[in-house]
Amino acid sequence: MYDITIIGAGVVGCAIARELARYNLKICLIEKNEDVGAEVTKANSGIVHGGYAEKPGSVKAKFSSKGNSMYKQLNAELNFGFAQTGSFVIGFDEKDALKINELFVYGQKNGVPNLQIVDGDFVRDKEPNLNKDINVALYCPTAGITSPYEFAIALAENAIQNGVELKLNSKVTTIQKSHDHFIITTNHGYSTLTTKIVINSAGLYTDEIAKMVGLDEFTIKPRQGQYLLFDKDQGDLINSVIFQVPTAISKGILVTKTYHGNLLIGPDATPAPEKDYLDTSSKNISEIIEAAKKSFPNFDLQKVISAFAGNRAAATTEDFIIEESKVSGFINVAGIESPGLTAAPAIATYVSEIVATIKQIKLSPKTNFNPYRKAYHAIASMQQQALNNLIKQDAKYGCVVCRCETVSEGEICDALHRNIPINSLDAIKRRTRAGMGRCQGGFCTPKIMEIIHNELQIPKEEITKKGGKSLFAFGRTK
Amino acid sequence: MKTLINMTCICCPLGCDLEIDKSGTEFIVTGNKCLRGKKYAIEEITLPKRIVTSTVKITGGRHPVIPVKTSAAIPKEKIFTIMDILANVEITAPINVGDVVVKNIADTGVDIVATGA
Amino acid sequence: MKSYDIVVIGGGPAGMAAALAAHKNQVKNILIIERDLELGGILNQCIHNGFGLHHFKKELTGPEYSNLVTLELQKTNIEIMTDSMVLKLDHDNDNKTVYAINGKLGLMKIKAKAIILAMGCRERTRGAIRIHGARPAGVYTAGTAQRLINIDGYMPGKKVVILGSGDIGLIMARRMTLEGAKVEAVLEIMPYSNGLTRNIVQCLNDFSIPLMLSHTVTKIHGKERVEGVSITKVDMNLCPIKTTEQFIPCDTVLLSVGLIPENEISRACGIMIDRKTAGPIVGELRQTSKEGIFSCGNVLHVHDLVDFVSEEGYLAGFGAAQYIHNNLNPDFTHTTIPGDGINTVVPQKINAKNITDNIKLFMRVKKVYTNCAINAYIGDKLIAHKKENKFLPAEMVSLTIKKEDLFNNTNAEILIKIEQI
Repeated sequence: MYDITIIGAGVVGCAIARELARYNLKICLIEKNEDVGAEVTKANSGIVHGGYAEKPGSVKAKFSSKGNSMYKQLNAELNFGFAQTGSFVIGFDEKDALKINELFVYGQKNGVPNLQIVDGDFVRDKEPNLNKDINVALYCPTAGITSPYEFAIALAENAIQNGVELKLNSKVTTIQKSHDHFIITTNHGYSTLTTKIVINSAGLYTDEIAKMVGLDEFTIKPRQGQYLLFDKDQGDLINSVIFQVPTAISKGILVTKTYHGNLLIGPDATPAPEKDYLDTSSKNISEIIEAAKKSFPNFDLQKVISAFAGNRAAATTEDFIIEESKVSGFINVAGIESPGLTAAPAIATYVSEIVATIKQIKLSPKTNFNPYRKAYHAIASMQQQALNNLIKQDAKYGCVVCRCETVSEGEICDALHRNIPINSLDAIKRRTRAGMGRCQGGFCTPKIMEIIHNELQIPKEEITKKGGKSLFAFGRTK
Repeated sequence: MKTLINMTCICCPLGCDLEIDKSGTEFIVTGNKCLRGKKYAIEEITLPKRIVTSTVKITGGRHPVIPVKTSAAIPKEKIFTIMDILANVEITAPINVGDVVVKNIADTGVDIVATGA
Repeated sequence: MKSYDIVVIGGGPAGMAAALAAHKNQVKNILIIERDLELGGILNQCIHNGFGLHHFKKELTGPEYSNLVTLELQKTNIEIMTDSMVLKLDHDNDNKTVYAINGKLGLMKIKAKAIILAMGCRERTRGAIRIHGARPAGVYTAGTAQRLINIDGYMPGKKVVILGSGDIGLIMARRMTLEGAKVEAVLEIMPYSNGLTRNIVQCLNDFSIPLMLSHTVTKIHGKERVEGVSITKVDMNLCPIKTTEQFIPCDTVLLSVGLIPENEISRACGIMIDRKTAGPIVGELRQTSKEGIFSCGNVLHVHDLVDFVSEEGYLAGFGAAQYIHNNLNPDFTHTTIPGDGINTVVPQKINAKNITDNIKLFMRVKKVYTNCAINAYIGDKLIAHKKENKFLPAEMVSLTIKKEDLFNNTNAEILIKIEQI
């Protein structure tokens, strides 16, 4: 019997798993996809928000600025990538100035440090390539950027290092409450697991999971956001995160340099017809381009690498739902849309406090909890001496597989042999960046398939892009 | 009444527009800039031929397959028969460019030769 | 730190030709750095016919062409380092350094008196041309699919739609069909095909594969693997006509939508790039804007025939040899200007003192021209012309200018344009 079962290994579920791994508990982290953070988390814009955009007193507000303050320490321990670049909410006129002032007031109330209202010159001094007509902005030095899926992966690896069991490719099908515990079945039909506590962090599907125990208090209405990603020479033209004044339903089109240096514009916000509807469309992308030009007029459309979409797990209540539900021992962590990524570390500590109140569970800290997770050896950023020492130990670090992002065979093998048992190209891509560059896997895909085949003995016709039936090859040639 | 056929010559990148008059006992070819075009036109009507390039499985080589070709053009109608035969061919390294891999494929009198090493 | 007279980056046909030419011109220490396991570059996966008609006077497959050149290389003392990637170049006038990496020697700093860039090109991607819809497995650029089939021996799919009727798209239509796949259609956004007519006959007509001109793919469907594509007809401005949209079920999309010279290393080193060719701005012996660095092949401008690639490689190799022997006149006396109807011209600059007999300009036209001539002028004087029934953007054209016509003029601009006959 598990003490705790966490359903959903997005960034929030992984953060909770890692936090609870500090204690002497038997914990299971269940994920229906073939990798952690592979659904909502991987399409996140990666912004670690300042915490001024949330209405004071809301649950969102409670966690956003606190979460932001935890990133530096977490990155030092987990090595997932975090840069405190600062952010601007830019304005052009009186109406914008009013809204910016409102955000400033929110920020003060939410405890955001060092917030400033600045003028156009200040903005252009830090961001010379932005619209010349900007005349006011909210400047938040504590905002930053991260790689959201690398964060989830690092949290999960560290959680597993500290004893958490991860079950991938396991979709929860039923949950039965039985006296003081739950019986969970997954789509691996023959196996059930029993657990004292369930933490429902299933993102887009938190409502369906809650229904399994008879709870019906919220619905998830997926809201899609599309993005356009550009080459790094475009990312070089921006230094921080640039927001426009937010609307009722979204923080607005942002223009940002990503953690790895690309230019990212988007997301928009439209209701998705289904939870897994991730199509991009030329209409939406054209509107995003026009909107982004208002912040950054001169990006080069010839340098587009990719367009993609994600769905926000927005609850009908429009706020986070983080509480033990009416069903005792069943904790909901639902409706986590923006600023969910930022809030994740703070949500995790709060959830552990909820767990502590539950009578069956004793939170006794592990003496041997290891907070550190080994970084990947990204040869692209290593100095010659260190790189040559590494190659002497393992020649595979000298064999460059992804030319666009300079990723070695050594890093890819590392990704395949860590404690999260992945084997798809997208999972390797998220860990190493192989395939994320301007040729979008044109050069490296056959090579990565060869490596997966050699390292894991998977026949090439069974290798997938993202698990399931997303096969690359249909058998051998004649 | 004249029976005329139009086609483009594929012998070289010039791609001459050919016209073949089939009405008489002999074919009359016009539009060709060289003799190869005339030969091609007549063959294309009577018995079209193609060079086939493909790969065959190899064990002990650097890669799982090596490239091969028919040493001369073969009747177009036999292309897929040849592909089916090649599907069952498996050779062993070492192989040199020009080595015969299959002699007289599908009774065409033409060999399959390796084009890679 | 190792040191060479010439380091060639890329061991495809361009790099091999450049190295051979430099060797023939008495350069002693030459190194070719190649990222793949063997020399040959893209030729290794081009197992089809049609190579070498000019250069070897025979019709060869890609691997056979590569093999003949490799045999010539083996007769020399040119050093070859395969399975090695060049990461960066440093140019400090006399001191040029190539940073390369492999598993045996780690990160190496290699000194060179001259460098020849021959890195080839990459394929334009789905993302770059913004085909929207889902992102399933089964969307390939034609070259990647070609590598999977011809080198790895695996089928990328069974039911295929190909976007792009250039030669690569046509060749892949035939290759997939021969291996048992069904190619439902080859789509081409222009009202004419870019590929050679012989390829239309041998690759499409032979197998009854429909060629849909003025069509494009507007959406890709499929959650995990491709399930189909939405295609539409396009108007005169190449914009999709929504009412013509239709769905073609398939499991594979091959994209043959353009090649991009791979000049990231060149840009990072500060070499000036021509916006139109996406390759370095070069002179008559393929010298770039950085002294002692030369460029040839697809990395300079995308070629159609490997024979011209070899010819260009020889030029660059000769140029690098002249540079090393201090025989290369620097600076330039003339600039070529693409005029009406001309998209790109290489070389962009000429130093007439470095030419012995004549110089060949290589260009591409902007659209299909019939009954026209390509004319080269210095001021009002016509110095060269070429007449053809048809000029196609898909076929690189060469125009020869005699050396005496350059010296007879003090004007520094050569204007090349299309004119009706």
